[in-house]
Amino acid sequence: MVGNHAVAYAVKQAKPQVLAVYPITPQTTMLEKLASYAASGELNAKLIKVESEHSAMASIYGAAIAGARVFTATSSQGLLYMGEVIYWAGGQRVPIVAGIATRAIGSPWSIWDDHQDFVSKRDAIWIQMMAENVQDAYDMTLQAFKISEDKRVILPVMMGFDGFVLTHTMERLSTLDDANVGSFIPERDFNIIDFDKPIGIGPIATQENYIKYRYKAMQAMERSKEVIEEVSKEYSTLSGREQHGLIEFYKCDDAEYIIVAMGAWAGDARVAVDELRSKGISIGLAKLRVVRPFPKEKLMQVKDRKALIVLDRAYSYGFGGILATEVKASLYNANIPIYSVIGGIGGKELGKNEIIGVVEKLLSGKLESEVWLL
Amino acid sequence: MTNIDELAEELPISKPSIGSAGKTGTWRVEKPVIDLDACKKCDMCILECVESTINKRSDGYPEIDYDYCKGCGVCSTVCPVKAIKMVAEVKM
Repeated sequence: MVGNHAVAYAVKQAKPQVLAVYPITPQTTMLEKLASYAASGELNAKLIKVESEHSAMASIYGAAIAGARVFTATSSQGLLYMGEVIYWAGGQRVPIVAGIATRAIGSPWSIWDDHQDFVSKRDAIWIQMMAENVQDAYDMTLQAFKISEDKRVILPVMMGFDGFVLTHTMERLSTLDDANVGSFIPERDFNIIDFDKPIGIGPIATQENYIKYRYKAMQAMERSKEVIEEVSKEYSTLSGREQHGLIEFYKCDDAEYIIVAMGAWAGDARVAVDELRSKGISIGLAKLRVVRPFPKEKLMQVKDRKALIVLDRAYSYGFGGILATEVKASLYNANIPIYSVIGGIGGKELGKNEIIGVVEKLLSGKLESEVWLL
Repeated sequence: MTNIDELAEELPISKPSIGSAGKTGTWRVEKPVIDLDACKKCDMCILECVESTINKRSDGYPEIDYDYCKGCGVCSTVCPVKAIKMVAEVKM
């Protein structure tokens, strides 16, 4: 299946009762698939036709509060337009799963892949996961529902996957049986609304109270680290595919150099690692599967290496590569050289050869602390 | 189903009660003060108060709950005998 259809299939198996999705490239074919599931009765869900992404998020926010399992998906400008309600959902801590087909932000106009849209929502009190391939996107979507609805967490979850690179690429996909999915994510057993005891949602919080709820949200985000690892282990056993929790360390045990990446080009980095290893270079890959919460404690496992190379498909203009910044902050006391590589912005092609090129430059002492692969 | 009171500790949820948004009277800049000698007990201020913070006493006179009165001045404006004056709030 292509990535969009793989995610739609996972959503169908998760049995949400309410969906609201507004079309935007490169997510649209997922909406079309979900609409056909709902029309044929394969998925018994209400698909609300909305006039915008803002309304899409607002309507599933209400449905989720009322007890429904919900899903939406978007990309780029759509994610930005959804933005206001994204923060409402995070602050209110509504269990929601959203698929984000990552795409560059205008201007100039681009329909192609980078991560600028996805990372712009990193302070919205949402858990953020990022898939490496179509299989990952399917697996993560199912895990996202379970994490989001865990009572120790109760947070919305974004599952990012690279626009076109994954959304429109066909890969062989292993799926779970519906019965297995049903036992992995049974119906939600709690409801924020108790119809016998009226409550207000989205209330005002005075200066005394607001900060307390934000503090609780911070704690929930910290607690989610353990839940994500637990859910990942359970899913690994169920599927027979190792999920690696917050971060995957690939060939890192003895590696002198580590590449840090998230998303589809973690796959290119993986191939680059294999090829460099065959040439006798001691290198590994740390794949960030989850970036909110950021696995800063786990990153400490690679603090005593010769150097890290962080790949970024998004940039904080006026400062630096966004993941590079976060990796540096996580390893503040480690005294390890951390190189920042910016590439793939707006869909610029890159693959294992470019990554190998960067590593070779590092080994010859010619790599600058920040490089743009133009 | 989880107990709603348990979730209300964790999530920002309000339950219907007096002052569920806190003591909003602290927001006041000007304070309405009723001259009971001039008051005709017409209840206009009680009916028009946008925050329902004016109550009717047992003797029929209005009484302002200063814990929640935000000092908007509507009562002072609608009073037909000009019995409610807005005076500068003194913060302690």
